[in-house]
Amino acid sequence: MTVEAKLGQVANYVDERTGAAAFLKKSLKKVFPDHWSFLLGEVALYSFVILLLSGTFLTFWFDPSMREVVYEGDYQPLDGVKMSAAYASALHISFEVRGGLLMRQIHHWAALIFMAAIVSHLLRVFFTGAFRKPREGNWIIGIGLLTLGIVEGFLGYSLPDDLLSGTGIRIAEAIIQALPVVGSYLSYFAFGGVFPGELFIPRIYIVHVLLLPGAFLALITVHLMLVWYQKHTQYPGPGRTEKNVVGYPLMPMYMAKAGGFFFIVFGVTAFLGAVASINPIWLYGPYNPGQISAGSQPDWYMGWLDGLVRMAPPIETYFFGYTISWNILIPGLIIPGILFTGMALYPFIESWITGDKREHHLLDRPRNAPNRTALGAMSLTFMLVTLINGGNDLIATHFDLSINQIMWGTRIGVLVLPPLAFIITKRLCLSLQRADRDLVLHGRETGRLLLMPNGEFVEVHEPISPEKAYILTSHEQLPALDLPEVDARGVKRAGTLKNKLRSRLSRANAEAIPKVSADDLKQIENH
Amino acid sequence: MSNQLEPIKDPGLPEHVYRKSDTDPKAADRAERQVAAMFGISALGTVLLVVSYVFIPDDIFIFIPIMGNQNAHQLGLGLGMAISLFFIGLGAIHWAKTLMPDHEVVMQRHEFRSPDEDRKDFVDTVKEGAANSGLGRRSLIKRSLGAALGLSAISPILLLRDLGPLPGPEQKMTNWKSGTYLVTDPGDRRIKASDLEVGSVAQVMPEFANPKDRHLDDIAKDALLLIRLRPSEFNLEPDRLAMTHEGIIAFSKICSHMGCAVALYEQTTKHLLCPCHQSTFDVTRAAKVIFGPAARPLPQLDITVDNEGYLIARKPFSEPVGPSFWGREK
Repeated sequence: MTVEAKLGQVANYVDERTGAAAFLKKSLKKVFPDHWSFLLGEVALYSFVILLLSGTFLTFWFDPSMREVVYEGDYQPLDGVKMSAAYASALHISFEVRGGLLMRQIHHWAALIFMAAIVSHLLRVFFTGAFRKPREGNWIIGIGLLTLGIVEGFLGYSLPDDLLSGTGIRIAEAIIQALPVVGSYLSYFAFGGVFPGELFIPRIYIVHVLLLPGAFLALITVHLMLVWYQKHTQYPGPGRTEKNVVGYPLMPMYMAKAGGFFFIVFGVTAFLGAVASINPIWLYGPYNPGQISAGSQPDWYMGWLDGLVRMAPPIETYFFGYTISWNILIPGLIIPGILFTGMALYPFIESWITGDKREHHLLDRPRNAPNRTALGAMSLTFMLVTLINGGNDLIATHFDLSINQIMWGTRIGVLVLPPLAFIITKRLCLSLQRADRDLVLHGRETGRLLLMPNGEFVEVHEPISPEKAYILTSHEQLPALDLPEVDARGVKRAGTLKNKLRSRLSRANAEAIPKVSADDLKQIENH
Repeated sequence: MSNQLEPIKDPGLPEHVYRKSDTDPKAADRAERQVAAMFGISALGTVLLVVSYVFIPDDIFIFIPIMGNQNAHQLGLGLGMAISLFFIGLGAIHWAKTLMPDHEVVMQRHEFRSPDEDRKDFVDTVKEGAANSGLGRRSLIKRSLGAALGLSAISPILLLRDLGPLPGPEQKMTNWKSGTYLVTDPGDRRIKASDLEVGSVAQVMPEFANPKDRHLDDIAKDALLLIRLRPSEFNLEPDRLAMTHEGIIAFSKICSHMGCAVALYEQTTKHLLCPCHQSTFDVTRAAKVIFGPAARPLPQLDITVDNEGYLIARKPFSEPVGPSFWGREK
């Protein structure tokens, strides 16, 4: 029997039992638009697969126990030192299991790349407006994945129970304890008594390897099914409309590219794991609450949080003998809570401001949504300033500054710079719109100068291609919402304040340089 | 706004540009060889991995410029794996980009909204189902079911109760009692005032009959810093000064902010700095917070000496050590 015939038999067997052929014939032809920025989400997905594979490898030797053991392994400097079984087994993986250290480093690098990819993907989706109807739900799932990723990453680097990670757990315990009323109870429940106890590592282990990966799998599945069903967004361009999707079919082009890209991501991660040492836990030693290593840093995706905590003003209030630690609650819970809630609700906030309830499948060029882009730049600036403060000790030692200078710089900077970034970005966007307008009206500068008979120098401009001109003019410019304060019969509307706010925001949001109109072009022609 | 109003008409999909490999069979053959070469390099990567695993011992270090000394076994495994994976990917993508048809395809989107008829049918079905279940009419069932479901949520919460004990007095206590000896850490030897030079700092623990009984739970509360200054350098209230002994002052090492070990002591300024969040405490003024997010000074331990001159605690800490919590002052 030929190979083809054999495959045909298998396909027949499956189809007679599932009817999969009808679904697959359509799916294999499914079209995906192509753009480098669409790869960011793919990187996140592939890193997740790498995390599952490398993580499974690590579980074969890792002993998630806080039982005290005396180290007798290959790593001489810690010979005879008392430590937890978790730390000892992490050392065993690093020094005695062949390829163990490589896998540990791949796992850690993949986690960093996973989070970086999620954040970049989120920025791409935000700045291009891909979260708009009908994709608001998928945006929220994405925010959920980001949040889970931060927690999962923190739990992961807490597991080896080295001096650095134990210090991280100590800080997490302080945040739990700071919760009003229930803090001590939650801390006692989480740790099975006083800190550190002997239960925490086994508990977060099962959360790290079972509970959260399960949640990830479920959310990622829904995330991808929605992308599949709703079809991918695409950048505006000739031949691309809200009603179609232009790209390459799944089979074979997209399969080969995406499949190949998985191997590239895995290869790069393996390369980093091979040559770039990360989290050398043997240098930190086992956790001991009475010790610490200088320059204690969390992984980068926690750095902003640590920076916020560092810059918090030293305020605690006491009433009726009860303590409220604002210096922990504000940076550790309240601000992150506001940020993540705001982020999750943003699609609804924007559609409330614009009054736009239509579907959008064509992406925005960031400059054509100046307010949104400025808001994004503002949030990024906030994150960047707090992240810088999260590394203030390292910056201080590397650049010969004092920590106090950096701390005060970022304390002021975190209030001043984000609004400044908003204003500058908005102006930049409007300027770019102006430049687009000029380009369409007057063409491209060629750099060729002409000496006119009257002695005047002029630069020759060249008209841009119709494709380019179409891209620069095909976007919508929605007018601001018209929300009269009184209704048709002259009666004041209910919720006037809300309406006022909405129309003010809408006006700010609609601010734009008028794009080239048909009339403009006619005038130019007659010119 | 619809497209008719646009100033510039949609010029439509740009014309397809054929690649060299589409038109020239030689170029296509060359691309095929390139793809095969990449897959070949990947196979060599796997060979490197196997060789490193089996033959390179794990105690050989080789010097590589920029990277410094690297473990050869580790590097061979990692590079082998990286090469074997990376070139499979590179080959596949090169294959897709040069040899697979790259005609852009246009697919129409469908409207998500179901047809009105379907929506009506759906609503009718739900209404009919709800009516058939009688939930609307039989309010007794509805209410009792709601109550039962709500109550059943108690069981998982209740079953988690044994995750830990309720916070007890141990939350606020340490092993420092009146007369507890200060011992070195590590070493567990009693200390005399003369063991500590002026300007020096030491970490000490309360004495345990058997040091093996000292667990991390104890260290997390008991860790103590001894700092010796000239008595004239202190700027203390009389009651605080009385808690020192010959210029030796004792503070809890557990930061009052988030519980890290306050390990950095700067001799010239006499400041203690917590490496986690940079809270800075002034030793001469009873660990007053002079910078950073900590809101309270480090608790000070009242120390003195016994008849033989060994340092002991005169009294337990007068407040809980470590980070704040809701009932801390109760």
